[in-house]
Amino acid sequence: MRTLSYSAAVDNALAQAMAEDPRVVVFGEDVPLLRRELLVRFGPKRVVGTPISESAFVGAGVTAAMAGLRPVVELYMVDFLGVAMDALLNNAAKVETFSGGTWTVPLVVRAPCGGGYGDGGQHEQCLWGLLAHIPGLAVVVPSTPADAGGLMCAALEHDGPVVFLEHKLLSETWLEFLGSGGRSTVAFDVPDAGTRGPVPARWEPLPIGEAVLRCDGTDVTIASLGVGVHRALAAALVLEREGTSTAVIDLRWIAPLDATTLCDHVARTGRLVVVDEDYEAFGLSGELAAVVAEAGLRSEFARVCTRETIPYGRQAEDRVLPSVERILEAVRRLP
Amino acid sequence: MAQGPDIWSLYASMRKSRLFEEAVAGLWEQGLVSGEMHLGTGEEAIVAGIVSHLRDGDAMALDHRGTAPCLMRGIDPVGLIREILGRPDGLCAGRGGHMHLFSKNHLTASSGIVGAAGPAAAGFALAAQHLRPGAVAVAFFGEGSMNQGMLMESLNLAAVFELPVLFVCKDDSWAITTRPDASTRGTMSERVRGLGVRYDETDGLDVEDVWRVAHHAIARARSGQGPTFVHARCVHLDGHFLGLLLLRIAKDPLVEMPPVGVPVTRSLFTPGGAAPPDRLAGVRDIMSSIVATFRDPRRDAGNDPVLRARRVLESDPQRLAQIEARVDGEIESILAAATSELVT
Repeated sequence: MRTLSYSAAVDNALAQAMAEDPRVVVFGEDVPLLRRELLVRFGPKRVVGTPISESAFVGAGVTAAMAGLRPVVELYMVDFLGVAMDALLNNAAKVETFSGGTWTVPLVVRAPCGGGYGDGGQHEQCLWGLLAHIPGLAVVVPSTPADAGGLMCAALEHDGPVVFLEHKLLSETWLEFLGSGGRSTVAFDVPDAGTRGPVPARWEPLPIGEAVLRCDGTDVTIASLGVGVHRALAAALVLEREGTSTAVIDLRWIAPLDATTLCDHVARTGRLVVVDEDYEAFGLSGELAAVVAEAGLRSEFARVCTRETIPYGRQAEDRVLPSVERILEAVRRLP
Repeated sequence: MAQGPDIWSLYASMRKSRLFEEAVAGLWEQGLVSGEMHLGTGEEAIVAGIVSHLRDGDAMALDHRGTAPCLMRGIDPVGLIREILGRPDGLCAGRGGHMHLFSKNHLTASSGIVGAAGPAAAGFALAAQHLRPGAVAVAFFGEGSMNQGMLMESLNLAAVFELPVLFVCKDDSWAITTRPDASTRGTMSERVRGLGVRYDETDGLDVEDVWRVAHHAIARARSGQGPTFVHARCVHLDGHFLGLLLLRIAKDPLVEMPPVGVPVTRSLFTPGGAAPPDRLAGVRDIMSSIVATFRDPRRDAGNDPVLRARRVLESDPQRLAQIEARVDGEIESILAAATSELVT
């Protein structure tokens, strides 16, 4: 075991894959500087900067993958996928079906996501629900360094397109780049357990579509992912003291979703609270409620999500994003 | 009709913008502004030379660097600075922030998505054709946007619809940390003309030159002669955004280099990966970015458009002192009003 930061874990797992498989190439905006450690080890043919042309380079990533490469295409932020949506929505996600199952797209789209550092509503979205809505796309959001590396390996081994989202509050390099800019005068509510932690000496891919129980409990089940997992764990500590035994499931994958782990646990507690930093309406939280209902389970339900465009002002932003306080309120209100 | 630029008022406008943005940088350094902060310092001649022609009914489509155009367009500066501070009494109720500045009264909209100013200006111009004949729309963007499909499509759309648009490219030769030689082929003039749009070049450091080019381009647009692309070079005195690593390295290499250099060196010598020549090519790429920053033109005062305009006006020191005292006083009272209830 060694200790790595969340961002270093992703790059470290990616480096291991690149060393073993020459088909893995990395390209995206400012990648030579952002991934400089990969650049000096694997050279400029495999670590390539692109013009600010998301629709072109994500679209090219799709067919490069179809033709034998294992590309990792990096975007500055998941918000910017809006510019390149056609490549994912109408191409990457459809190829396997359109080809009668004969052709797959082993593409990884890597992008930072999430808020909590004051970058406003066009640069802090999560959008994982929007992406997972499209059949054919896998979407994964790690919440710890060990998961970040293991899930990157899984994404690289998967034969279909995977959107790999790194939360900016967990990634010290992104938070430094976009949040503090070298200042010591700003502070963010960063969950330490997600930013630095033990990782294996050699990366092994984590199973695709498998959730993990971060903390067991018998009274209520909280399902979350990314930074939300850490907010939920903090809430669980408080609830434990109040006598409410709280379980926290880290979904890790939105698609494919681990309905089994979710339903097994909700069957025991009879109470489900979804903590989802993505938008509330028509998203992951509603999907989890549907999955539980379809399984024939009777469960109390509440959700703590982002309901509106994320406001720029820090105080307003903190009210809009899921917080420990909002989770506590939601759990306490449950019958 | 053939009147020329009023260099005194243009200078006042530029100085005001510079002082305003320097104050914003101070607030950012103090941690009162969170997240990213993209300043337009170095763009003042371009913005002043264009925006000084605008009048009621004209529209602006801004990028993530919209503070200077808003200020020069006459949008309430106190509201502007409060917006940047994220306060509920800001221009956009503290909900937009510096990358998303909006003023319906001034038909001014912003987007932080690179290239989005192109379609936005085209739509404003389309509305002008129907509702406000003689009005124009201006799009401000950087040269990095020139590789964004939506901007290229907008040029063609504006040409086909003969839209009254000014596409203003503020070219500082950096797309965040990427240079044009690594990201762009062909020339800008060929590209623009190839899409059927008139292409004009101007010295983006010379406010009078920008004013003259804009004067003619806007007159053509107002009289129904379609869009013009104005290519203006400049130097971003504060880089892509405040705190950009490359600029921090250039400013304080002894402190900022080791956290970059140590892991890079370790990775360079890690077994498994490319052959040595490819690895060295990677090192060269990184070094050339850093060296380009060290050789940065922002160290040359000749690349500061505000100082350049001032030099012209030094021949009348008394009037210059009067104007500067007035502008400086304005900025002081704006700051005092904007930060009045702030306790730090």
